[in-house]
Amino acid sequence: MRKRNKNFELYSGGTPSLRGTLAKIFILGLVDAGVGFVLMILIGKQKYGFAVFFGIVALLVNWIYLRRGGLPAKYLAPGVLLLLAFQVYVVVFSGYISFTNYGSFHNGSYTETLDAIQQAAVEPIEGAAEYEIKVVKAEDGSILFLGLDASNGKVFLGGENYTKHPWREVTAADGLVVDGSGYPTSLSGVTFLTDDQIVNVEPGVTTMKIPLGPNLDTDGFIATADAFFAQQNRFSYVYDEKNRVMTRLSDNKKFIADEKVGFFKNAEDGELLSEVGWQVRVGWKNYAKIFGDKELRGPLTGIIIWTILFAFGSVLSTFILGLALALVFNDQRIRGLKIYRSIFILPYAFPAFLSAYVWRGMLNTQNGFINNTILGFMGDNKIQWFEQQGAARAAVLLVNLWLGFPYMFLICTGALQAIPNDLTEAASIDGASAWKIIRLIKLPLLLVSLAPLLIASFAYNFNNFGAIYLLTGGGPFLDQSLKVTVGATDILITFVYRIAFSGSIGADYGLASAFSVLIFMLIGSISFFSFKRTKGLEELTQ
Amino acid sequence: MTTLQTRHPKAKRGGFIRWFTQVGWKHIVGLVVIVFATFPLVYILSTSLTKMGNIENFTLFRSFYLGNYKDLLTSTDYPFVTWMKNTLILAGATAVISVFISALAAFAFSRLRFKGRRPGLLALILIQMFPSILGLTAVFGILSKLTDYVPAIGLGTKAGLILVYLGGSLGGGTYLMYGFFNTIPKELDEAAKIDGATHTQIFYKIILRLVAPVLAVMALLSFIGTFGDYVLASIVFNTNQQYTVAVGLQSLLADPWTKQWAMFAAGAVMSSLPIIIIFVSLQKYITNGLTGGAVKG
Repeated sequence: MRKRNKNFELYSGGTPSLRGTLAKIFILGLVDAGVGFVLMILIGKQKYGFAVFFGIVALLVNWIYLRRGGLPAKYLAPGVLLLLAFQVYVVVFSGYISFTNYGSFHNGSYTETLDAIQQAAVEPIEGAAEYEIKVVKAEDGSILFLGLDASNGKVFLGGENYTKHPWREVTAADGLVVDGSGYPTSLSGVTFLTDDQIVNVEPGVTTMKIPLGPNLDTDGFIATADAFFAQQNRFSYVYDEKNRVMTRLSDNKKFIADEKVGFFKNAEDGELLSEVGWQVRVGWKNYAKIFGDKELRGPLTGIIIWTILFAFGSVLSTFILGLALALVFNDQRIRGLKIYRSIFILPYAFPAFLSAYVWRGMLNTQNGFINNTILGFMGDNKIQWFEQQGAARAAVLLVNLWLGFPYMFLICTGALQAIPNDLTEAASIDGASAWKIIRLIKLPLLLVSLAPLLIASFAYNFNNFGAIYLLTGGGPFLDQSLKVTVGATDILITFVYRIAFSGSIGADYGLASAFSVLIFMLIGSISFFSFKRTKGLEELTQ
Repeated sequence: MTTLQTRHPKAKRGGFIRWFTQVGWKHIVGLVVIVFATFPLVYILSTSLTKMGNIENFTLFRSFYLGNYKDLLTSTDYPFVTWMKNTLILAGATAVISVFISALAAFAFSRLRFKGRRPGLLALILIQMFPSILGLTAVFGILSKLTDYVPAIGLGTKAGLILVYLGGSLGGGTYLMYGFFNTIPKELDEAAKIDGATHTQIFYKIILRLVAPVLAVMALLSFIGTFGDYVLASIVFNTNQQYTVAVGLQSLLADPWTKQWAMFAAGAVMSSLPIIIIFVSLQKYITNGLTGGAVKG
């Protein structure tokens, strides 16, 4: 308590400068003006929930900065707000999604899905008349179709609003004039649209549905694909809103909205009305799939083993090379030491995504620099870097070594220089060899200070999406028999990314989110417990 | 002197051999590592100067053709200058703002005592471990909501993407900076306080000035990080006028068999050269920037 009081005094009091106060008022005013602007938009769009939420956050910010004291909040607020909005929310959202079936086949809400299914499932009414049409405009501004049934020469007129403009026959009595081949050329009360005008009709002539009777769902409608010919269509399904049942008109089969799976499903044989469903909560199903699905379990074990090998191998190889270099070049007698160091860190300064592309080009089997120049002596026995599992894995490890050793070199050099000279001198006076000094004094000290960074590096490489995705894309894809696409260099994160965004069986955000939650927990707990065992985070975890 | 000789028996032989066994061999190691570290860079520089322009560049520096640079700088299909400008704005703003906000938070964690300080720090580290690439759906959701209500920071805007980058970089940045602030003795704060400084003055005039080089390094590392982002930038921006260098250069490689490899190489050289120069000139401070003072550079 005493410590807190002392601390409080240290950072409170003093006279704020005028400039500082003015700056504070100015920035806060700017923020409030922005908030006011957004609030107006939100209220204008009648998003009152958002508006209230936003207003409360803004009030909170003002309160934090205008009251006396509460210093920590003043320093933390900007960072915490951004973290909450774009980091914490993302984690929470993924957690929520992992309990749903959200994906490319379960994209929207129930009503959105219903609309989509009905709009898509249209079939022509068999044997019904077809029309050659003119698009015309009525006096009230509605767009109508004037259709000639060429089989009998009859002409019909109608619009989308059945009560106002029902589909009906028009004759000379209505002021219809036709040309020699029966095509209508004028009709009283309507103007014929030119091609240009048709193109500009909103929402578009080709999406218009002109009802054949008062009930669009059952009576069918007239639609055109090209504004010249139209046919009589009907929806393939009729929807019963009360019971949430879709009936297929062709065979009267009933499909009931099943909230468990998010599909319209036939109760007897389980047939789905459509591959497209809506978003529902599925409980632990995604997690159960990860642990229980045989199709997944096989490849998943392989992927996890390779992920650990890749992360471990990357840390180990970069650390060994970086450490060795740091030991060798921690020597003031070397002339041009600075130049050496500057050049060693070049791979780290070169943007990583560019490195990945450069290496991908160089490792190209037929035309790459490596096979043709560096390994040119091997003649036609070219290494198939991206076609074979072993070579591809070696390639990603090699590239990751190149990308990562300068980092290890930098931090090892830093840690070596922090070891007091007295220690090594004392040891050498006692007759210890250079190697013994390294092994028994420098290395243990180094590992103590670097352990947290090595753990962080492991965690980073475990999820090193860029290194794999940009270089091999997870490939080569040797086993095509699997239901899920699995590449030979796929680490967990690239594999999950494919499930989430480019799955061959459609994107499955729910499953991918379940994976990300598990990866998060796995890597989080590995890091947490290894940090606990090292000195690095002593203060945090003791 | 005699003790020295018994410790280094080889020292007697003197001359070249002695120099070589102690120091000289290190130059050989150094040269080998230089070749390993630089050949991809030399290769891309050489490719950018070839006339053929595909990846078949087997003999380095066969030609010195500057046309690729000229093509890229004048191309309308691949407006490289615009990409550079976009990237500079995005990465520059992200770097400056994230370093500043991280420094604010780090100051609170390092100097002030408050409830939830330790769990807060721990949460900062753990939240960073979430595989952010898989949060794309959520990020996209947030941005498209913003597009509906506040289009100025929605999809296709730099401001929106900067906000996303900021959210992603704050945790790690704050933690690194926290470690580094801890290495600055509190006695300095106390001395300033005796001179009548307020907490803002302590923060801006003492701490920030002392860590300025490290702030520069952190800003640079953040800049390189943003510069290298491909995935987020590619979902937020759709037209080649909006592209960043990363997305734009990727579009040059859509077909590795066309001339565009050389243009890609030219773009890679032009965009990375300034970064490399700044990076190398700041290298004295880089270790500190990387490790947050846990390891002295």
